[in-house]
Amino acid sequence: MKTAFTPSRRKFLQQSAAIGGGLTFGFHVPEALAQRSDAPGAEMNAWVVIRPDDTVIIRYARAEMGQGSSTGLPMLVAEELECDWRKVRIEFVSTSEQLRRNRAWGSMATGGSRSIRDSQEYLRRAGATAREMLLAAAAQRWKVPGSECDAENGVIIHRPSRRRLRFGQVAQGASKLEPPGEVKLKDPRDWNLIGKSANRLDIPDKVTGKPLFGIDVQLPGMAYAAIAQCPVFRGRLRSVADERILGARGLIKVVKLEDAVAVVADNWWRANRMLKTLPIEWDAGPDGGASTASIREFVRFGLEDTSVPVARDEGDVEAAFAAAAKVIEAEYYAPFLNHAPLEPMNCTALVEGGRVEVWAPTQNAEATHATAAATAGVPLENVDVRLTHLGGGFGRRGFQDYTRQAVAIAKAVEGTPVKLLWSREEDMQHDYYRPMTLMRFKAGLDAAGNLTAWRIRDASHSILAGVRPQDIKEGVDRHALGGIVDLPYGVPNLRIEFAMRNSHVPVGFMRTVFHSQNPFMRECFVDEMAHAAGKDPYEFRRALLQAKPKDLGVLDAAAKASGWGSPLAAGAHRGIAVQDSHGSYAAAVFEVSVSGAGELDIRRVVVAVDPGHVVNPDSAEAQVQSCVAYGLTSVLWGEITLSQGRVEQSNFHDYRIMRLAEMPKNIEAVLVPSGGFWGGMGETPLAPLAPALCNAIFAATGKRIRSLPLSNQGLRLV
Amino acid sequence: MIEFTVNGRKRSADVEPEMPLLWVLRDVLDVKGPKYGCGIAQCGACTVHLNGEPVRSCSVPASAAAGQNVLTIEGLAQRGRMHPVQKAWIDHQVPQCGYCQSGQIMAAVALLKKNPNPSDRDIDAAMTNLCRCGTYARIRTAIHAAAQSMKPAKA
Repeated sequence: MKTAFTPSRRKFLQQSAAIGGGLTFGFHVPEALAQRSDAPGAEMNAWVVIRPDDTVIIRYARAEMGQGSSTGLPMLVAEELECDWRKVRIEFVSTSEQLRRNRAWGSMATGGSRSIRDSQEYLRRAGATAREMLLAAAAQRWKVPGSECDAENGVIIHRPSRRRLRFGQVAQGASKLEPPGEVKLKDPRDWNLIGKSANRLDIPDKVTGKPLFGIDVQLPGMAYAAIAQCPVFRGRLRSVADERILGARGLIKVVKLEDAVAVVADNWWRANRMLKTLPIEWDAGPDGGASTASIREFVRFGLEDTSVPVARDEGDVEAAFAAAAKVIEAEYYAPFLNHAPLEPMNCTALVEGGRVEVWAPTQNAEATHATAAATAGVPLENVDVRLTHLGGGFGRRGFQDYTRQAVAIAKAVEGTPVKLLWSREEDMQHDYYRPMTLMRFKAGLDAAGNLTAWRIRDASHSILAGVRPQDIKEGVDRHALGGIVDLPYGVPNLRIEFAMRNSHVPVGFMRTVFHSQNPFMRECFVDEMAHAAGKDPYEFRRALLQAKPKDLGVLDAAAKASGWGSPLAAGAHRGIAVQDSHGSYAAAVFEVSVSGAGELDIRRVVVAVDPGHVVNPDSAEAQVQSCVAYGLTSVLWGEITLSQGRVEQSNFHDYRIMRLAEMPKNIEAVLVPSGGFWGGMGETPLAPLAPALCNAIFAATGKRIRSLPLSNQGLRLV
Repeated sequence: MIEFTVNGRKRSADVEPEMPLLWVLRDVLDVKGPKYGCGIAQCGACTVHLNGEPVRSCSVPASAAAGQNVLTIEGLAQRGRMHPVQKAWIDHQVPQCGYCQSGQIMAAVALLKKNPNPSDRDIDAAMTNLCRCGTYARIRTAIHAAAQSMKPAKA
């Protein structure tokens, strides 16, 4: 048994080391939506349990952080199962079962818009397999050939005799049958659920205030921890005068970590208040003098460096520049950003008798599990992680710093469950930030305005350098070059260079990742090319995308829906951009007006998306709206700055988030699924937004935006 | 000892007078609907009603609630029936992650109580709670829908 177990155990650890994915497992927050039930049921396979009353439990192994996949994934199973959708309940998987059952649920990671596209096939197959077993069990009972039976809406029907059996009546017997070796999946034309809007299963609990989130976990005898981390990244705790709070009301313990101090008390407010009164001395380390300016200069050196790795080199750009009728150059900049999920980082842990139990809002449950085991110094088999809903994730919750801290604190008060909650200030100042990136472009155009040569130098922090350094080949981080190294445009002479410039600031995956800043730079520069060529920016792109029908398709869809080229109201101007990412394709058109005083009015936003297949159109539309709010927040105001090695922003008063009054009122999601592939939906719509907006601003003002946020460029939203 | 009414029930808590109402509700009384998001009255995730008025409970000291009536999302349904705002939130599929939605709903209920037929401008002014998932367009639609559904039937 042990040897058979080893490969999956290794896989478990590998998966755990990879950040940015998975999640989930049955958890025991009171009244939680996904609570595991002990009610009897027949397990058809790892994904499907059917109860005698026909309730169908579909297991969910990813993280629900708002994107709606806890409804979309069960729809995929139910489509093939042919059950009654109204009787579907979901149940989270727990990591101890995942480990015990040889990773029966595949990846539990949630990130990179992968939940649907990576699991759609095995989920549909699980549904189809269970359906075939139910059909076989009914046929056996009736003693008829299986080919005479159909499954429909939770019932098996024997066509010739019109006899019927409910799923719940045959499930027990069916679960004992051998699963069929092969099943045929439905033709998309026959889908009944996929592609039609369904109400999300999690919404009733979310409008009644049910305790679904990590922060809501409540255990008997639980203590609460607040934490202060060294304000300078990579710094250390020197000393803390914890005798100052001895005997304070509610104090349980002061826990010293290498780079942090935690106060454990009988409620969180007391813990946090005591923490604020504690005199703490930090050793800032070598980075205590760093500032935004010094880091920017450090990263920018990558643009000047005479010797950097080359990612692509096709044709001869230098010769083409020499022969060009026109050459243009530009330099772009994007700042650090904080994810700012509304639920701050938190994790609840209990260390007792060589076992660890964890309750965590995590995007990577298996990494949480492995982190807990390593921190407590116990084998993987002695750990369980129960999953909760996430109050936003956006990539932040794939990292496991909060898990490590919670387990370390719990170990210091062994036998007492502890809920660690970061204050907003800690959350703002200890993120894995979206990387600061600079890019320099040079392009050559011939006399007819055709693009003949393009050179791109990217100087950026690398996320992979921190999480998967083995994926950086010969100094080129293709992940950091997303949208650049794979640009869809046809250009005969192309050179792409990459300078990795990692400062002391930790960087991480933030919604759309490098496709949040790289498209801003690429697509604004394409706009510069079009204007230099004297061509319409839409037509200029069309000409370069002739070999890329999917990119062309969304570009055309956005142009058509926005009425590109048609007359506009006085003062209104349009901008356009296109960007594929996360397996899908998106294009956007913005209509804006800008007053002489820099008052920016976003009059209309059109976003066309081709994700191949759309599972739940209403959720897909919600993701477009979500990307608009998240993306525009970054473009308009988003900037994390540093001074003395530490982040200057601390809360929402100085890290501004879009409010309702600021949300554009006219947003159109144009879904154009072209079939034949499965792409992501939670991130791609964000990619073309920044450049489409900035290109519209250029059309309105003649001012080219090459540095974000817009609040630093004399522009103000009205 | 501070005594007050939470969702129609008398409750008491042995806490410091300056302890914010949010933490009394969450950590002492196990009322988890109001959420912590910022602690400085910026985000509104902690919105509850104090004597019918929407307040940001992270910035209201427990002493200010003494003897008063507190209503949280948990107390919104009446006799097992959801409030029209909650129903509109389901009809229009408003929540995404859902973390801010208790506060959003409490703010919307307070708005409609004062102004049964709010304009877009009224909604802009009243609904200042942050939503990081960007559910704003649907919040606006759902408030208008709830306003319609709450109109007294015509005679």
